[in-house]
Amino acid sequence: MSTIAMGHAGTEAAPAEKKGLWSWITTVDHKRIGILYGVTAFLFFLLGGLEALLIRWQLGAPDKTFLSPEAYNQLFTMHGTTMIFLGVMPLSAMFFNYFIPLQIGARDVAFPRLNAYSYWVFLFGGLVLNASFLFNAAPDMGWFAYANLTSKQFSPGLNVDFWIIGLQILGIASLAAAVNFFVTIINLRAPGMKMMRMPMFVWMSLITQVLLLLAFPIITVALVLLMLDRNFGTHFFVPSGGGDPVLWQHLFWLFGHPEVYILILPAFGVVSEILPVFSRKPLFGYAAMVFSGCFIAFLGFGVWSHHMFATGMGPMADTVFSLGTMLIAIPTGVKIFNWIGTVWGGSIQYKTPMYFALGFVAMFIIGGLSGVMHASPPADLQQTDSYFIVAHFHYVLFGGSIFALTAGAYYWFPKMTGRMLSEGLGKVHFWLMFLGFNLTFAPMHILGLNGMPRRVYTYSAGMGFGFWNAIETAGSLILGFSFLVFIWNILKSLRSGAVAPADPWHGATLEWSIPSPPQEWNFAVEPTVDSRDPLWERRRANGGTLPEPARVSGKGIHLPSPSYWPIVTAFGTALTLVGFLMHVNLAVILAGVAITMIGIFSWAFEPADH
Amino acid sequence: MALRIPSLRRAARWVPALCVTLAMLALAGCSPDGYPQTTLAPKADFAELLDQVFRRSFQLATIVFFLVEGALVWALFRFRGKPGDAEPEQNHGNTVLEVVWTAIPAVILVFIAVPTVQTIFKTAEVPTDNPLVIEVTGHQWWWEFRYPEYNLVTAGDMHVPTGRTVDLRMTTGDVLHSFWTPQLAGKRDVFPKRDNRLWFKTETPGTYPGQCAEFCGTQHARMAFQVIAQAPADFDAWRVGLAAVSAPADSGAPAPDSLVARGQQLFATKACVGCHAVSAVGAPTMVGPNLAGVGSRSDIASGWLPNTDENLARWLKNPQAVKSGVLMPNLGLTDEEITALIAYLRSLSVVPAPGAVAMTATGN
Repeated sequence: MSTIAMGHAGTEAAPAEKKGLWSWITTVDHKRIGILYGVTAFLFFLLGGLEALLIRWQLGAPDKTFLSPEAYNQLFTMHGTTMIFLGVMPLSAMFFNYFIPLQIGARDVAFPRLNAYSYWVFLFGGLVLNASFLFNAAPDMGWFAYANLTSKQFSPGLNVDFWIIGLQILGIASLAAAVNFFVTIINLRAPGMKMMRMPMFVWMSLITQVLLLLAFPIITVALVLLMLDRNFGTHFFVPSGGGDPVLWQHLFWLFGHPEVYILILPAFGVVSEILPVFSRKPLFGYAAMVFSGCFIAFLGFGVWSHHMFATGMGPMADTVFSLGTMLIAIPTGVKIFNWIGTVWGGSIQYKTPMYFALGFVAMFIIGGLSGVMHASPPADLQQTDSYFIVAHFHYVLFGGSIFALTAGAYYWFPKMTGRMLSEGLGKVHFWLMFLGFNLTFAPMHILGLNGMPRRVYTYSAGMGFGFWNAIETAGSLILGFSFLVFIWNILKSLRSGAVAPADPWHGATLEWSIPSPPQEWNFAVEPTVDSRDPLWERRRANGGTLPEPARVSGKGIHLPSPSYWPIVTAFGTALTLVGFLMHVNLAVILAGVAITMIGIFSWAFEPADH
Repeated sequence: MALRIPSLRRAARWVPALCVTLAMLALAGCSPDGYPQTTLAPKADFAELLDQVFRRSFQLATIVFFLVEGALVWALFRFRGKPGDAEPEQNHGNTVLEVVWTAIPAVILVFIAVPTVQTIFKTAEVPTDNPLVIEVTGHQWWWEFRYPEYNLVTAGDMHVPTGRTVDLRMTTGDVLHSFWTPQLAGKRDVFPKRDNRLWFKTETPGTYPGQCAEFCGTQHARMAFQVIAQAPADFDAWRVGLAAVSAPADSGAPAPDSLVARGQQLFATKACVGCHAVSAVGAPTMVGPNLAGVGSRSDIASGWLPNTDENLARWLKNPQAVKSGVLMPNLGLTDEEITALIAYLRSLSVVPAPGAVAMTATGN
């Protein structure tokens, strides 16, 4: 058990309130780390969005020269890499951090200092990846980095190396966090919270951690092989030495397809929390939701080659991967039907989180349907690597993940900050985002089917692509503007938003039973759970309302002490890998290893209290 | 809540009008007219097979879309909460419904899966009806086409006869590319040291644009080509003409002090010849595209820059400015030299020679 097991009747004085930069650097509080993840990821997300706007501006008319081909290729590579690894994944990690412990009635995650380490490694990984811009060597071979374009012969610069090392660093952060959340969910649930009573967000988070634990080692190995090819003269992917570029594709998509579910399952969880609360009705088909999530994750490991139908795998492989992919539509359909079943017969409260959650369902249906279409290799031979695919995965990852994560942000902002976001601005944000999103991405279906390939920095006027591209660019400006409204809403509400009560939405789960924002120890008294909607049960038992929980003194509550060793160890970890980036600079590598070892030892022998 | 519902109702009035407008725009957009590279107007058997599967899945997806989105939107209006509403019935699920909505998608998928598998196997077999083999090689950033049956090689424009299956055997000289000519066939990626196959037969003469569909570096966007489908007699005239332009001795050398002769001399001395062959007959693959017949090609610089004298001059003056990253260096040519080179390249035009066909078109 962790050092912060509940019921530990210590004699500690009430923890002092922590302030200042140093308190953030040394924090091991899952809520503060969650906020760090959220702020950092949102900034990276805005950077990725800016890259997208530059891309859209370049494509707004045929034969534009706003961006050079070299710059365009860097921007689309960094846009994809950033949005996946520095945007959506860590935004999900914000919610894992902040709300898994709160929803399962725990005082922190299982390994609070490892949690801090994960965050700092993530931050350093993101910085290393983006530092490539300073060297005019941003990765420029696509986020999929197909061999043998990535070989030293065809990509002699540091661009590919920045990508390899950036992703390796980020992978360490993801793996450490996945171990942490997995153990937290398995071991730290409040008494009575059986697996089949966990909130759906916790369930989907648990499945996501399993995917992370199984998928990230694959990309880690693939990246090591690629690094060896580039720096040590091996030939894993280089055909002239007997290697095979197709091997890279198999390894990459064996990771890459589960990665898609890593990006979307947390969104499923968030939406499955919001729809019941604002329909005033429990989640429809809880067990079906759990098992369909597990089934999607399981199948997700067996369908990677549907990214490779155009490689000519032969009819038998095409058939197997096609049918496997189509099977995923069944559990995904079950989820969509259960969401509709949840609002069906409810008493829908149209608050901003509900707008975004419903927007998610509506948009995800479109992404799911186009996904079924290119699960069929004959159709995919036309659609793959065309803008139809770009439309599809933006409907899944933006219409899906981003809408859901935004819903989560509106839903949980009051809990995290103690302030309500403005409902009026929230709805302006929603309608602008909904409009901008569809104007940007819906026409891509049309362009893709009419022959516009992906990853092109321009197109000739005679191809007929100009009109819809202009519409898309206009849509992207609206989309970008909607996020300015969001930022304005956040800043304004932080200053002068209405003070949030503990439970502004009449929530069903434990996080709404404690003050907003929660005190450092979350739960002064360990909660017990005897149903899936513990707060609704309590409220019913109490005649329909619950008293506002009082803020209490933390006297007697043991909390892990702050530590700067996680950031030191994270720095050492990142430095070690940066040494490989610097043409395998042995001195830097050894310095990194030394700092990491000192960090780990000091961390291990640090007294529990000081 | 009172505040929200009227605003929602106001917005709701616009929904039907918005839906109709968007649907009409989308339908207009789905018309393949005006899109020379469309996948929606197949002109060969292979593309036709793919299109049938696409249409089936698109129709089913459209039906599912309207049913599911319709149910969602209807629920959103029907079940909107009003202030003072009692708590709705606390319904936890329904096993019969779960079974039904698991089974229905499975049944719908069967209707996509069956034609899918049939088409996978149909398209996997290259017809054996005496196909014309063309060896396709992707290069950064141009396409090379080799006709072993006629011992010819060309680049940029792929001429094919109508009414005869074309059997493409495809590979790459450097990185991965993907050969995509949407109106005739789907995509097929090309790999080093491996032959990938694609085939099609078209009955409709015409020019069908295609381009590389797998990211292959700086100028991926400018790696296009044209497939020129011609009636068999026209195709034979073209290939005989291509062979003829490769052997200028037959038609006599250019006059010694003509512009063409000056261009030919520059071609040999200004390093052009180091990378480009000017004979299509049995020529080896070189660094740059084979230039036999370049004078009459539709485009230069790989299928996207119209083959005009102005564009040729721009290209020869500074290829890096036209297509940065391309392997062709700036040769520092003067305007006079460029004029001469253009004259020479124009002399390398395929003059279809119908008369010659009768004598040489016995290859089959």
